[in-house]
Amino acid sequence: MSVPGIQESRTAWRLGIITPGRKRAFFIAMGLLGLALPLAVYPVFLMNVLCMALFASAFNLLLGYTGLLSFGHAAFLGSAGYVTGHVLKAWGWPPEAGLLAGTLVATLLGLVIGGLAIRRSGIYFAMITLGFAQMLYFLAVQLPFTGGEDGLQGIPRGTLFGLVPLDRPLTLYYVVYAIFLLGFFVIYRTIHSPFGHVLRSIRENEPRALSLGYDVDRYKLVAFVISAGLSGLAGSTKALVLQFATLTDSHWHKSGEVVLMTLLGGMGTVMGPSVGALVVVTMDNYLSGVGDWVTVIIGSVFVVGVLAFRRGFVGEALHLARNFPF
Amino acid sequence: MQALYGQLLVGLINGSFYALLSLGLAVIFGLVNVVNFAHGALYMTGAFLAWFGMSQLGIGYWPALLLSPLATGLLGMVVERTMLRRLYQLDNLYGLLLTFGLTLIIEGLFHHAYGNSGSSYPVPEALQGGANLGFMYLPRYRAWVVLVSLVVCFGSWFVIERTRLGAYLRAGTENPRLLQAFGVNVPLMMTLTFGFGVALAGFAGVMAAPIYQVSPSMGSSLIIVVFAVVVVGGMGSILGSIVTGFGLGLVEGLTKYLYPPAASTVVFVIMAVVLLFRPAGLFGRER
Repeated sequence: MSVPGIQESRTAWRLGIITPGRKRAFFIAMGLLGLALPLAVYPVFLMNVLCMALFASAFNLLLGYTGLLSFGHAAFLGSAGYVTGHVLKAWGWPPEAGLLAGTLVATLLGLVIGGLAIRRSGIYFAMITLGFAQMLYFLAVQLPFTGGEDGLQGIPRGTLFGLVPLDRPLTLYYVVYAIFLLGFFVIYRTIHSPFGHVLRSIRENEPRALSLGYDVDRYKLVAFVISAGLSGLAGSTKALVLQFATLTDSHWHKSGEVVLMTLLGGMGTVMGPSVGALVVVTMDNYLSGVGDWVTVIIGSVFVVGVLAFRRGFVGEALHLARNFPF
Repeated sequence: MQALYGQLLVGLINGSFYALLSLGLAVIFGLVNVVNFAHGALYMTGAFLAWFGMSQLGIGYWPALLLSPLATGLLGMVVERTMLRRLYQLDNLYGLLLTFGLTLIIEGLFHHAYGNSGSSYPVPEALQGGANLGFMYLPRYRAWVVLVSLVVCFGSWFVIERTRLGAYLRAGTENPRLLQAFGVNVPLMMTLTFGFGVALAGFAGVMAAPIYQVSPSMGSSLIIVVFAVVVVGGMGSILGSIVTGFGLGLVEGLTKYLYPPAASTVVFVIMAVVLLFRPAGLFGRER
């Protein structure tokens, strides 16, 4: 799958628009912004954005850097949310154990689903992941512990490590922010490691990577499992924040939404998915009053994005910077 | 025993729709190289057009069986001409994403206009009632659905594999550039093929209207199962997608009899097993 964002960021490096110094300054500025934002913006909204940003970044590791379009990533987000919700609510586990349990289950699911799905590529890979996600959705409807149509309500937040009570929104925000940074760091390191370069080579030319002696299937599987695990971390955190886990997070609409976030923000760019998540969550938030039109609007954005905005916001920004070097 | 035959009949009916829809997907994918996510939404559109024609304009089932697929196919051709065409030089995943966006638009519009609840569509007078076969009761309309879908499926197979037109189509699948060099208008052929595939979805929608509730969400859950059918059968062969469609429908019906809770997931389990042992699909060719 050709990913326009990558070319843009590569050109930006070559032309000296991105330099190590500028990059460091940018990340420090973003980091500080993240610390200061909850003082000005409603924390629950921000936490929702952070969860979705982590989800989309994990998804981008697969689409943007490995060239695999998964159409079933909601499976990991949703099931991790259910597991975390269940162990916190029914078994009274502490929040850190709950987050770990959700992430672990999503990772294992990723191992199974990924192991089967990478046996096909391209369009079939998308259909297979969509199929398995739908299967998990049907299971979530039927299994007793998920609460069916009602979902899990009133999940307790508890006390982190027995020390930090998570009831205050601001405290919770900084915990969620730390989780996001941790996940983001893992993705960033993965992309920029030798492993990440092999992933990119697979995306650019799979037969060549294979002929160079790389066990392509293993690389794909590891990328899939990392992506699934971090999507699970996002889902677990989301359940902790919102205190509920419902079928919405497992539905194929959610799988499409994460594609949209990545597409809008710029696939194959480090910051793109987070920007896309901010845009889509904001849209969802402000459009909640218009009922069914939300789906129509999201669909229209999708169509316009695919037809005319394939670089996404970050990709476009990098493209613009090429013409106005500073 | 009555229950078993009943469920097998339901499976056969579902299988008819799986076959019709996966056939359309395969025909479109073969020439146009796009997996049409909107196939389910267009199936729903076909059913709604029939329902709308009946309740608002007084158009009966028989004219609807012709008019509704025509209208749906026309809509498909407009989509192909105005949007899909721009994506042909790109990776075919963009086509999937575009049709996914269209699915959201179509379903959102119908949800807005008609809400979530379904409306029922009467069985046409000529096909009411049924026959007692001794071991089970066979409603006439259901027999009609199975029969028609078999005829349409094998008719399409015949046209594609045995006629001159089908030869063009297969040549276009193999090498569109060479075909164009021979003076065949390939872009027009692609538009018509997309229209035909979509019309098949609309046709399936009209056939389904008297059996299932006509509702905005009738297409989306179905299309995901059809995707699994396509993965199991492989999109390489027309006959393969027909056989797989009917076969999986029957397996689903059998599961509903043996262990009902697994009925909604059995197709995906089969998909997993097939991926383990025959990754290219039952009728697919290895790349």
